[in-house]
Amino acid sequence: MIAAMEGLPQSVDDVAAGLRAAGYLPGGSTALVAYLATRLDKPVLVEGPAGVGKTELAKAMATYLGRELVRLQCYEGLDEAKALYEWNYRKQLLRIQAEADGAGWAEVQDDIFGEEFLLARPLLAAISAQAPVVLLIDEIDKTDQEFEAMLLELLSDFQITIPELGRIAASSQPVVLLTSNNSRELTEALKRRCLYLWLDYPTLEHELAIVRLHAPALPETVARKLVELVAMVRELDLKKPPSIAESIDWARALLLLGRSDIDAATFDETMSVIVKHRTDIELVAERVGLALR
Amino acid sequence: MSLDEQLLGLGEQLRAEGVALGTSELLDAFAALREIDWRERRGFQQALSATLAKSPEDRRVFDLVFERFFFRAVESAALAVGIDEAAAASGAAAGAQIDLEELRTQIAQALANGDEARMADLARLALAAIGRPGDGSNVVGIDVQRIRRALGLRSDPQPAYPPGDPRREGLPREALRRFEAILRRELERAQIQRTMTLPPSRPLGELDRALPRGPTADLAAVHRVVAQLRRRLATSGVERRGARRHDHVDIRRTMRASLQTGGVPVVVKYRPRRPRRPEIYVLCDVSTSVTSASVFFLSVLHALHDSFRRMRSFVFIERISEVTGVFERRRDFKAISEAISSDAGVADVSGYTDYGRVWSEFRVLVEDDLDPRATVIVLGDARTNGRDPRADIFATVAARAGRTFWLNPEPRLYWNYGDSVIDAYAPYCTVFECWTTRQLEDFVRALSGSMSR
Repeated sequence: MIAAMEGLPQSVDDVAAGLRAAGYLPGGSTALVAYLATRLDKPVLVEGPAGVGKTELAKAMATYLGRELVRLQCYEGLDEAKALYEWNYRKQLLRIQAEADGAGWAEVQDDIFGEEFLLARPLLAAISAQAPVVLLIDEIDKTDQEFEAMLLELLSDFQITIPELGRIAASSQPVVLLTSNNSRELTEALKRRCLYLWLDYPTLEHELAIVRLHAPALPETVARKLVELVAMVRELDLKKPPSIAESIDWARALLLLGRSDIDAATFDETMSVIVKHRTDIELVAERVGLALR
Repeated sequence: MSLDEQLLGLGEQLRAEGVALGTSELLDAFAALREIDWRERRGFQQALSATLAKSPEDRRVFDLVFERFFFRAVESAALAVGIDEAAAASGAAAGAQIDLEELRTQIAQALANGDEARMADLARLALAAIGRPGDGSNVVGIDVQRIRRALGLRSDPQPAYPPGDPRREGLPREALRRFEAILRRELERAQIQRTMTLPPSRPLGELDRALPRGPTADLAAVHRVVAQLRRRLATSGVERRGARRHDHVDIRRTMRASLQTGGVPVVVKYRPRRPRRPEIYVLCDVSTSVTSASVFFLSVLHALHDSFRRMRSFVFIERISEVTGVFERRRDFKAISEAISSDAGVADVSGYTDYGRVWSEFRVLVEDDLDPRATVIVLGDARTNGRDPRADIFATVAARAGRTFWLNPEPRLYWNYGDSVIDAYAPYCTVFECWTTRQLEDFVRALSGSMSR
């Protein structure tokens, strides 16, 4: 029962049920990998096309485990000052000015590089939190390799080295999820430290269940037709295939409009919810629109 | 053999297939198995794949190797103990005469529903009914196709069947592939039981490894690769900024700057480095055998045309024709392929590629423009249809140009078979195999990587 008190799941089915309760329907090996992540204290690298619920998985994990979600959104040019920590130099200046006369240099120097003057950014915040958190490092493939290398220490030992302070080890064990759209090959060193989860577009039945969960008022027949259409649209060569979130948006839009069937006219009107490029819209209207007529 | 040894054996085989697997991954796999109920196959496989295979490609290789490894492990154990399943099964089948037509319908139904367990049962029945040992060819691949034909399983619509029959619409391709895999496994099992030995395990072919995709998915994948490449090319200068060893000092600017410090050259100025932007000549075979590959390739290069100083493209079948203008006017892939096929005017009489004529025409067209800065890229399968390859003209073109590449959209396996004469051209150019997006990516990397020199 001790593990349960710590909030750790006991079995794969526990995790699956928990994620479901948090509004996330795990498919394939999602629940199993999530379970392993909590048991083995290993970060999980989640890869897959955009919009299959990689970020949602992290949110659902946080809800299910009852932990806070700390999110680091990656982008090109992200550096340690924004990801790890930064010295609050304004405060340091004030400190130096306030005691400019009395104190000696050595004393002040020791003082201004203390934790009081440290601004914790997401990564430091995640490992120094008292209660364990879920740490989401989103779109890791957007950063450059240097940043990846910097993450290695954190991911394998859950500690951060700050030159002036020394090592800060995690006071609680976070569950770490990294997501990637596979837009560049990640380094072997990073992959070695992670469990790997590949998320793909869900099967028809699975997506139907997801749409039904998020738009329960939509009649089953309409929902089925909707996911079938979305699957058809994904088959086409589009700039941006519709994501699961967009299927849900579409379902809700249909509900708002009070449509009880998807006919050609409805499709033409509401198509822009799932397709968002001008050229894509033309292609979809041509192929799928005709199929409905 | 214990489970530990089996797992290490699996790890060995994965390494042999090129999956980068460290000891730490194997340790993770053991740790993962400790946490889950590994007596259930699905969980077992998932736990292993989460710890051992860390990219979509590796995942695909893992699934294949996993299947092969444990199939062989089970069979060798069965051989050791001496279990003969086939005898029992065929005895039962002989007792009840199987109705072939009924079997066909049931299999089609199972395929349409994607019911895997039922497929496996029916595959065994089909083997007992059609693939009796003795009349098989002993080559598994041939037997699989023979049985499939005998069962009348096809993916294209067969309107002869009544409405409601899944065969009327055509069976799902993916399910057919699964069924063939099951058949193959059962046939191998039967063979092992007949010969009482395990056949030598063979490495995965490149074709097995390639992720299964439909044609539109391929197109989308190529577009993704292109988008990534553009980004990579745009940022690739960044990596090279550090390598300043071979910079040239700009004497004039250094002297000028030294005026500020009383004539002492404190600040050394370098000549700016200009990336080498090659002139590119692309020749694409657009005869029916390679059309899709060529048009893809042309569109890839044109998407990247900002990186090149000058780019001219030609398409050819029997004659050659310049299509640079088509790409300048249009950006849409579909419109381009239509324009090329309608007004390029490259097919003359037969519609078969004539490389000899193409080289001589190309030489006349560009002879004065070719210089050592030029890169010539040929995309074609080098299938001359029995005509003279005229490698001598190709050699003179290659000699005038700085670099010459040949991209062959056929798997290396088929090179120099039939009328393919790629070896005649190989001495004068660098030949690339190019039929997966990854190979395309490798090539463009090679092309743009050497540009900075």
